[in-house]
Amino acid sequence: MIEFRQVSKRFPDGTLAVEDFSLVIPSRKTTVFVGSSGCGKTTILRMINRMIDRTAGSIEIDGEDIVGLDRVKLRRRIGYVMQNSGLLPHRKVVDNVATVPLLNGVPKREAHARALELLDTVGLDRALANRYPSQLSGGQQQRVGVARGLAADPNILLMDEPFGAVDPLVRAELQHELIRLQRELDKTVVFVTHDIDEAFLLGDQVVILQKGGVIVQKGSPTEILTAPANEFVADFIGATKGKRALHIDRRDGRDVVLDSEGRAAGVLVEGSAGTGEEVPT
Amino acid sequence: MNWVIENLPLIGQRTAEHLALSIPPIILSFIISVPIGWLANRYRWSRGVLLTVLGLLYAIPSLPLFVVLPIILGTGLRDSVNVIVALTLYGIALMVRTTADALGSVSSDVTQSATAMGFSPWTRFWKVDLPLAGPVLLAGIRVVAVSTVSLVTVGAVLGIKSLGLLFTDGLQRNIVAEVATGMVATIALALLIDFALVLVGRVLMPWTHVVSSKRVRRALPSDAGVAA
Repeated sequence: MIEFRQVSKRFPDGTLAVEDFSLVIPSRKTTVFVGSSGCGKTTILRMINRMIDRTAGSIEIDGEDIVGLDRVKLRRRIGYVMQNSGLLPHRKVVDNVATVPLLNGVPKREAHARALELLDTVGLDRALANRYPSQLSGGQQQRVGVARGLAADPNILLMDEPFGAVDPLVRAELQHELIRLQRELDKTVVFVTHDIDEAFLLGDQVVILQKGGVIVQKGSPTEILTAPANEFVADFIGATKGKRALHIDRRDGRDVVLDSEGRAAGVLVEGSAGTGEEVPT
Repeated sequence: MNWVIENLPLIGQRTAEHLALSIPPIILSFIISVPIGWLANRYRWSRGVLLTVLGLLYAIPSLPLFVVLPIILGTGLRDSVNVIVALTLYGIALMVRTTADALGSVSSDVTQSATAMGFSPWTRFWKVDLPLAGPVLLAGIRVVAVSTVSLVTVGAVLGIKSLGLLFTDGLQRNIVAEVATGMVATIALALLIDFALVLVGRVLMPWTHVVSSKRVRRALPSDAGVAA
């Protein structure tokens, strides 16, 4: 469990990036921070592994104030995945994945063996192990980034817009891969994105932020969708634009789901009458 | 041509002397420039001050420097130490700016992610920043190397032994072949050291070689989906 208590961050130039931020991030769940650029979501994420130090308040991991912990050691036990993968371009894929174990003094042979297993875990061919990052596609690089974040078997995985720079098809694939991984690995994932659809897809807890790290609403995707806290949230999640206000219309014997503009958003399948088909779930 | 064949041992000896005067300044200016370049790249104030002051070193004419240094260092006028110190200073003048730029050119995505992985600042410098600055550092040290090899010859005016002595001696005794040999040998030596540096770069930075081969591959339609 990660707990923020009245945390503020003022940068040396005087900007107050985060003000009086309090939140409990439950263990073994995915918490997604979502908001427009400049809302402080990345700052909040980076305060967890002390890439950025808070200027007021306290942050505790499992009841332990991180201010008393050695930064370097703290970072080595927290996985971190970022946009553009941030892989070390001068190291082969296998060495990139093994970065943290090697820093921790794990023997090379052992660290490499584990790294190869992690390539399997994230769905990469072991043949890529001896390539350099520049020889991989964007999606493959992000997978390596995820494998690297998992290498030291951390309890916490921080993800800073990890799929922001890949094309939509690959992004969808990576998102589902992450859902699968999370089901297997059961980490405490803290995920930052500006994409509300991504937030709803991945988050057990979704936290919608406004400038200065102000929490506008937090809850499960269903809670937020059914009861947006205010105009801003309704607007942000697209409820006012009709993208999420769907209704059902019957056409050609099938139930078609339409948005408020009358455009087809999909077809209702499960338990729908008239199709005569059993839909496997 | 006869002159060359008759004087092969002399040419060999002068080349060896030239090399002995060239190599130390190249290595020393590289080593000394790393911490200064790091400092220059680290803070905004230090960059302006250090780069300007050290850049000015290059404006000092070499011959007067060869004459003044013995007085400062307490060495003899024909001591090879003078040449080594003077050329190290010139090397630093060129190399500090390159080092600062090289360290500044390392992608902040990479350095930040390295920090997030748990590299300590010291380890990160040696294992991430410095190697990734390598290609630019190599470009810089190649300029320093060629410049050093050519400047070593100036010491010949004061009688310091190098290939430069072949010019001065050849001029005095009016042997054109000797002057030409001195020039050709100096250029050949510069090229040789340059080639050696490129080779060292290839061995120490295998990933740079890979990247360029990928650019060729990426032009193929079959690889169209590969993102940078």
